[in-house]
Amino acid sequence: MAQSVNNGVNIDALLAAREALKNAPDAAKFTWRASCKWQNGTHATSTVQGFHGLGDEQRHKTQFSFETDHPEIFASEDHGATPVELVLVGLASCLTAGVATVAQNRGIQLRSVEAKLEGKMNLYGILGIDGDVRNGYDDIKVTFHIDADASKKDIEALVAQSQKRSAVYDIVTNPCNVTVEVV
Amino acid sequence: MIGAGHAGLAISSVLTEHSIDHAVVERGEVANSWRHERWDSLHLLTPNWQSRLPGHPYTGADPDGFMSMPELIGHIAAFAAAAAAPVRTHTNLTALRRIDGGYHLATDRGELRCRCVVIASGAANVPRVPQLRQAVPERIVSVTPFDYGNPGRLPEGGVLVIGASATGVQLADEIRRSGRSVILAVGEHVRLPRNYRGRDVLWWMEHSGVWSQRYDEIDELERARGLPSPQLVGTPEHATLDLNVLRAAGVEIVGRVAAIRDGAALFSGGLRNQFALADLKMQRLLATFDEWARTAALDVGHAAEPFEPTQAPAAPRLSLDLRSGEVRSIVWATGFRPDYRWLEVPVLDRKGELRHDGGVITAAPGMYAIGLPVLRRRKSTFIIGAEDDARDLVDHLVRYLAGTPPSA
Repeated sequence: MAQSVNNGVNIDALLAAREALKNAPDAAKFTWRASCKWQNGTHATSTVQGFHGLGDEQRHKTQFSFETDHPEIFASEDHGATPVELVLVGLASCLTAGVATVAQNRGIQLRSVEAKLEGKMNLYGILGIDGDVRNGYDDIKVTFHIDADASKKDIEALVAQSQKRSAVYDIVTNPCNVTVEVV
Repeated sequence: MIGAGHAGLAISSVLTEHSIDHAVVERGEVANSWRHERWDSLHLLTPNWQSRLPGHPYTGADPDGFMSMPELIGHIAAFAAAAAAPVRTHTNLTALRRIDGGYHLATDRGELRCRCVVIASGAANVPRVPQLRQAVPERIVSVTPFDYGNPGRLPEGGVLVIGASATGVQLADEIRRSGRSVILAVGEHVRLPRNYRGRDVLWWMEHSGVWSQRYDEIDELERARGLPSPQLVGTPEHATLDLNVLRAAGVEIVGRVAAIRDGAALFSGGLRNQFALADLKMQRLLATFDEWARTAALDVGHAAEPFEPTQAPAAPRLSLDLRSGEVRSIVWATGFRPDYRWLEVPVLDRKGELRHDGGVITAAPGMYAIGLPVLRRRKSTFIIGAEDDARDLVDHLVRYLAGTPPSA
């Protein structure tokens, strides 16, 4: 059945890689990297290209670049998305990629997948007005509109499985040790 | 006067100096919170010579020691007796209302009318426990510093202590010494050594003038008022009790509790930054002392000593399954808040704190507060801080009664 649908995901290669990695635990240890360069004001440019995995240094085909800034109502020049919007982008794209992969694996043909995200944040946190208010999002809502050859229940199961296996969903919902150094 | 603790009694004694007729309404006995709302082993973290109240210095044999609660209660009761404070004990205030020309107090022992009222009921009437307590599995016993008592009253097994103020580190240390495994969840905290350059760190706080810094000279006053108490303990050994000491004693340090979900406590991964901030602030404070000693040409006799940075565990754990049996109880050392349920004058802010300008409640003329964090000075909540604040506030009150109210 999996062969009769095509979501553009090479599920056979992914399943083969999963089998291969079962016997090569070190190859499964990846390090992702990003670099960031301050431009001016709150404007910065971040790039990604190299990463480590499968026991070796790897590279994207090209370097990808992301501008971040803040909108004019923050007295900034608005050269790019805010960093917190990029977090929503990361979550949305991770869940969406997961939906496509799981659908392929379950033999579900997708016609369209769209997600809308909303993250709620109280600026009393980052402005230091109220110590009881957290800096980051206190609530994130993801709404999927999925058109596929499947029942609503199967589509819901697809989205649930996508969350279960999503790296960004895990990063956003669970703590991670962070070390920041100045060298 | 509402409350016959050290702060209320300090006001009473200064009012008596000015021959101002007054009464002190007290729900229990003199020094009631110290009698009933503290744990068994508690000693003050300020040395005895700093337990000075107006006209009532410490005169005992151990000026560098730290008072137990019975000793402190004796000290405050002796002050009340010496000052002949007009205390009405066992009088529960049920309502404080504004009336023409002053205030009306309803109590379970009758009514009082007064032109001025001073709220000295304390900053720590009720333990402040975060909402996430609701998500703790039922089999875990939750205690606050009010009902903790001693380690023997906790159920057998491991203990999670939440909060690294003076209370949190003292209880974590005591519980660990009782032979239990202890996990201490650490958020923002104030690290201090017990001694610096041969003197008690609070000697430095007082003599360098840091403690006398006024509320209107502090840049981030709201932040200063919300700081946890410093990581100090009063022991005969004058021991330092910081996170390095606790780790060496076998206490496991984890980040602040970010959430309790599906029966597991999730700890922040920002522990290293909490350490870095506390270390930086301690070094900055000690440098202030050095600078003062240098400017004052003080012969300290001890060189400035370096302190080890707070050592972070290699990989602090990020979650703890509260259903696994590893931990049987949680001690919430997450702070306290005042209780103003009787207050029927609209002077609280949206978070239930009194709105005041250095203890002068400007929205209610003739109403004052004392004994709150950084009320008028950094030392305001310490015993030694009561006298200066009391003199300032009584000075204001006297001029208010005379019809010439000054600014705060």
